[in-house]
Amino acid sequence: MQADIFVKKKRNSFLFLAVLAAVTFLAIIITEYDVVKGFTSLPNAIGWALANFYPTQESLAKLPDILDKMIETVLVSLAATTVAAVFAILFAILGSNTTRVNALFGSICRGVATVFRNIDVAAWAMILLFSFGQSTLTGYFALFFGSFGFLTRAFVESIDEVSGNSVEALRATGASYFSIISQSVLPSSTPQMISWILFMIETNIRSATLIGLLTGSGIGFTFNLYYKSLSYDVASLVVVVIIIVILGIEMISNYVRRVIL
Amino acid sequence: MEVNEQISAQRQLLKTRPHNRMKVKPLTKSAFVTRITLFSLAVLTIYAFFTFDYKDIDFVDAVLLTIANLKAMFFEPHLKHFTFSHAFYQVFVTLGLAFLTTLFGAVIAVFLGLFAAENLSSKWISTMIKGFVAFIRAVPTVLWVLIFAVAAGLGSVAAVIGMTFHSVSYLIKAYSESFEELDKGVIEALQASGASFWQIVFQAVIPSSITYMISWTFLRFEINFAVAVAMGAAAGAGGIGFDMFMASGFYLDIREIGAITYFILAVAILLEVFATKVKRKLKVNA
Repeated sequence: MQADIFVKKKRNSFLFLAVLAAVTFLAIIITEYDVVKGFTSLPNAIGWALANFYPTQESLAKLPDILDKMIETVLVSLAATTVAAVFAILFAILGSNTTRVNALFGSICRGVATVFRNIDVAAWAMILLFSFGQSTLTGYFALFFGSFGFLTRAFVESIDEVSGNSVEALRATGASYFSIISQSVLPSSTPQMISWILFMIETNIRSATLIGLLTGSGIGFTFNLYYKSLSYDVASLVVVVIIIVILGIEMISNYVRRVIL
Repeated sequence: MEVNEQISAQRQLLKTRPHNRMKVKPLTKSAFVTRITLFSLAVLTIYAFFTFDYKDIDFVDAVLLTIANLKAMFFEPHLKHFTFSHAFYQVFVTLGLAFLTTLFGAVIAVFLGLFAAENLSSKWISTMIKGFVAFIRAVPTVLWVLIFAVAAGLGSVAAVIGMTFHSVSYLIKAYSESFEELDKGVIEALQASGASFWQIVFQAVIPSSITYMISWTFLRFEINFAVAVAMGAAAGAGGIGFDMFMASGFYLDIREIGAITYFILAVAILLEVFATKVKRKLKVNA
């Protein structure tokens, strides 16, 4: 009996590895991935980065311009997140199983959020480019739709987590729907919601870089401009600025999380 | 923390004079920070709307146009420049990119995750790896891909390696946290019986956290699919994302974008349903 278990275990893991290898092989063929190049490009890239990819004295002259774009990008990400959060709270309250008005409406709210969440921000950017052109609003709405979908799902989960019993208890005392929401559901899920909002702002700054590349605005465009014109020293300065800003925001939000959670 | 809250709450009680109404919600540090955070977010949002570069866009017109575009996208999708089988094949290319990225990321993350878990390595190494992870996460994926594209050329190699960075950082965090949940006694018992580091890892650490690892890895695969679509568009990595970029930037065909969006949505929702099933099954077994 004992031996059987080990044989079975061995056979299972062998089968798993075989399937994994087959899928890997298939993926390598279908994507035309050059395995040798994959391994050699890592040292090549590091060598190239050490030789070319660092800011020089001249590139510092571009710093005010870069900072300007960076601030714009941060503000766009932040505004998109906060406005999306307001809508997401509404949809989350209507979509959560504990606070929904009725089952059909709840499913509709969650369904809308699922569609918005599964269309990537990059796809939204390309769709909105048709009507909003190369303005800040393209990036803003792309981030807004993506954040809205994600935050709705996150908020539904936080509402479900914190307010099952208290909603039931308040309902038993005869409290009205709105006082249940404003006195129990919102106050108890606020810390988690703030934590999600801060997370979303960080994510959105990273996505904003990508959207900027696609739509020609913000810090992504600045990077692309210098990258395409082969001024790698300025491009690297852009990367350094992005790193510092994201780490800074991460520090602030970690502090806030530590205090409020 | 709780003690502090109690003390400050009590102080508040002591301070209130009899004829004043007692404050129901004392202003604790966490309430204060919550308010400051919400307030500054609101102020910055309002400020942001004043600084945007609107480029003389008629907002109402643009919104109406967007709605018309969305209607055309979702209700009249067609494929003109690509055939159905081509688009279908490109979905698999994107899935392939996501798979390779997840595989490489998972392999690297298992090893680094072992050293990032505080119960298996030293505090010093763990902090170092966590700092490294924070640095990786600070650079957006698209920049990693573009930086590697200079050395490797635009294509699947640069895309997979560039995308692997964020997968590694994400999975290191997930893996090391599940490794840290392992009971300390298990490791001590194995060490006392003379087991080597790798024996402990393969016989105790990984078997006990394999279910978490699989569900986190699958979650990352889901994310990587979306990232691979975006990288196809922004960094010429190929796949369905590149087709979408062509339809948007080159052919200017909103209906074709609609058809491609349906493809992406179908795969994304399928992956989500599958992930939920996998998670449920793992929970039953565990």
